[in-house]
Amino acid sequence: MNRRSTMRLVTLTAATGLALASLTACSSGDGGGGEGGGDGEVTITWWHNGTTGPLPQVWEEVAQEFEADHPGVNVEQTGYQNEELQRTLIPNALAAGDPPDLFQVWPGGELRDQVENGYLMPLDDEIPDTIESVGAAVNPWQVDGETYAIPFTFGIEGFWYNTDLFEQAGIDAPPETFDELLDVVEQLKDAGITPIAVGAGDKWPAAHWWYQFALKSCSPEALEAAEAESDFSDDCWVEAGEQLEEFLAIEPFQEGFLGTPAQQGAGSSAGLIANGQAAMELMGHWNAGVIGGLTADQQVPEFLGWFPFPGIEGAAGDPTAALGGGDGYGCSSEAPPECAELLEYIMSEEVQAKFAASGSGIPTVPAATESLEDENLKAVADGLAEASFVQLWFDTAFGTTVGNAMNEGITNLFGGSGSPEDIVTKMQDAAATQ
Amino acid sequence: MTTVLNPAGPATSAGPAPAPGRSHRRSGSVRQRIEIAVLMTPALVLFLGFVILPVVLAAVYSLYNLPPAFRWEHLADPERFVGLANYERAFGTPEFVRAIGNNFFILIASLLVQGPLAIGIALLLNRPMRGRSVLRLLIFVPYVLAEVIAGLSWKLLLQPQGGVNAALEAIGLGEWRQNWLADPDIALWTLFFILTWKYLGFAIILMLAGLQGVPEELAEAAAIDGASWWQIQRHITIPLLGPTIRIWAFLSMIGALQLFDMVWVTVAPTVRSMSTETMATYMVQQGQFAGQPGYGSAIAVILFFISLIVALVYQRFALRRDLAGAITRGVR
Repeated sequence: MNRRSTMRLVTLTAATGLALASLTACSSGDGGGGEGGGDGEVTITWWHNGTTGPLPQVWEEVAQEFEADHPGVNVEQTGYQNEELQRTLIPNALAAGDPPDLFQVWPGGELRDQVENGYLMPLDDEIPDTIESVGAAVNPWQVDGETYAIPFTFGIEGFWYNTDLFEQAGIDAPPETFDELLDVVEQLKDAGITPIAVGAGDKWPAAHWWYQFALKSCSPEALEAAEAESDFSDDCWVEAGEQLEEFLAIEPFQEGFLGTPAQQGAGSSAGLIANGQAAMELMGHWNAGVIGGLTADQQVPEFLGWFPFPGIEGAAGDPTAALGGGDGYGCSSEAPPECAELLEYIMSEEVQAKFAASGSGIPTVPAATESLEDENLKAVADGLAEASFVQLWFDTAFGTTVGNAMNEGITNLFGGSGSPEDIVTKMQDAAATQ
Repeated sequence: MTTVLNPAGPATSAGPAPAPGRSHRRSGSVRQRIEIAVLMTPALVLFLGFVILPVVLAAVYSLYNLPPAFRWEHLADPERFVGLANYERAFGTPEFVRAIGNNFFILIASLLVQGPLAIGIALLLNRPMRGRSVLRLLIFVPYVLAEVIAGLSWKLLLQPQGGVNAALEAIGLGEWRQNWLADPDIALWTLFFILTWKYLGFAIILMLAGLQGVPEELAEAAAIDGASWWQIQRHITIPLLGPTIRIWAFLSMIGALQLFDMVWVTVAPTVRSMSTETMATYMVQQGQFAGQPGYGSAIAVILFFISLIVALVYQRFALRRDLAGAITRGVR
């Protein structure tokens, strides 16, 4: 008979439930910032891109060692797939105002964006010695002279090649000039071997060819104007496209390259190298690991070798300049001071040496380079040491919007539609929308 | 007491109920309103918060030039407000105009190819024959497969050194081999083939279901009058299948306009942006991967309006009689 009061009770319960839910939502939102409680407990959340190979293990050990040295500090580290982390997770976490404390920071345009929005902690006063220890490698992670993140690995791009196939085609030594590279392509073709694999389906691996031509054609002033002011008026940017067009005309790449991915499966460009179906691939310092993951026995093949992109005779650019990039960590502006301490520890010689010894990449602290055991990484590290200067990947350096338009223009050229001028026009149009 | 929980609502409970007292009735209706409010609130909150609000926000964002990770402050910044510039840019971009064209190519080709094919196969499968249920099951399999799995399988088969080219060579048709998904000139046709393979089963099942509603007696009567099998299909079965065909066409059109996953999975980004971009893939590419949430939102709004217009026009002219008395009741 008491239905009315039952009804009231239900209503009341529902209302209270809703109110409670919204309250807890607020409080969990506040707690996520890692401020910690009043009892001295601090939790540092750390997002990185170590998901395969030995890297996740390295970071897990680093987190445990840091916790052991700093009682009351918890480190929660999580590895995410690189593009997922960069394109989705971190931008969303930053925009939502609930970022992790320590996270991967990509240099160039994205860094500038994050700094403008005040998302990152300036590190110069926190850990000056650490910044100094990596030298010039930190430059891409600086904005107006202030450091916002520190790279723990940095490497350059070059040719990963199959020494067995080179031998089979009668090639004694890797090419040292661009003309020699053209000869090598001819010799390989004559021997019935696909000279170069390119993962043009993913856009950026194709774009890197144009980057190399631009780097070798553009004077340092032209590069500076492009990066600082999005000024692409120098003729060298068109010249790069013309050189690429000429290079494409000799058909150095595998069949159907427009649909080839870079890293996924046996049909990818890295897979073609791994399975001996193509002789070389222009790719970054991480490629040995990718190739190793695509062989039948999951080992980096014995035949793998590395040489830098050769200089082009008579071009305005520096022949020993190299293209490269790296991975860096920065702290959120809301992170506790322990975040900088963790970063300092990650950048310590001890951890850097462990990172190098694991074969995960080339460390940025010079003393740790000696701990490199992998022959291919050693070759890349030597190439890095010999390069007169290192230009950051253009798509990273110019920012996402220009980079995206640039890569699209370049892949159009690869596909036979569009001209060298179209690439520059696309870049200028994209720069104008910003 | 039983009237309180009457599901038919206040209109009926107020009418012929046996002499309810005035105060009693009012408290009853208040109670009912509370009840409705309590029961509807969660659904309403979800709907407003996760459907209506995002749609409105997308429309707002589309008027701004926003950085990849933006905050509310950016919306207050007058320099970020660009009015309809994002829309102007979209319609001035050949890639996006081509993407719209691709959507309509898929839409029209689906109607022209999949429709007749599905009706034909459904008519065949509707005749009594041995193994009919097995055949029906097999035809429905592609539709049941997850989009990504089907897409990846085709992607592997259609590689330059993949199964399709190998098969062509094995039967002596080596000169027919193509870079099915890597050649921008034919990638859209390849994509359409995969979509047809994937969605034909669904169309056939719909048509088969529709055929079960066509009374046997009509065909028998026509047969007694001397009509041939073809005449029966042409003049009796297919006209009576009309409502099913119209509903299928509606679903197919909306699917074609919103097409995303199959393109995203099977076609490499390079080839996609050269020849098979759809509105949805262009939106994700520009909004998410090129870091332009404002521009991406404008694309989303355009996609929304194109779908809305197509859906309304179709409902007005084709679906009206099928839906009369359902969702168009009271609309004349």
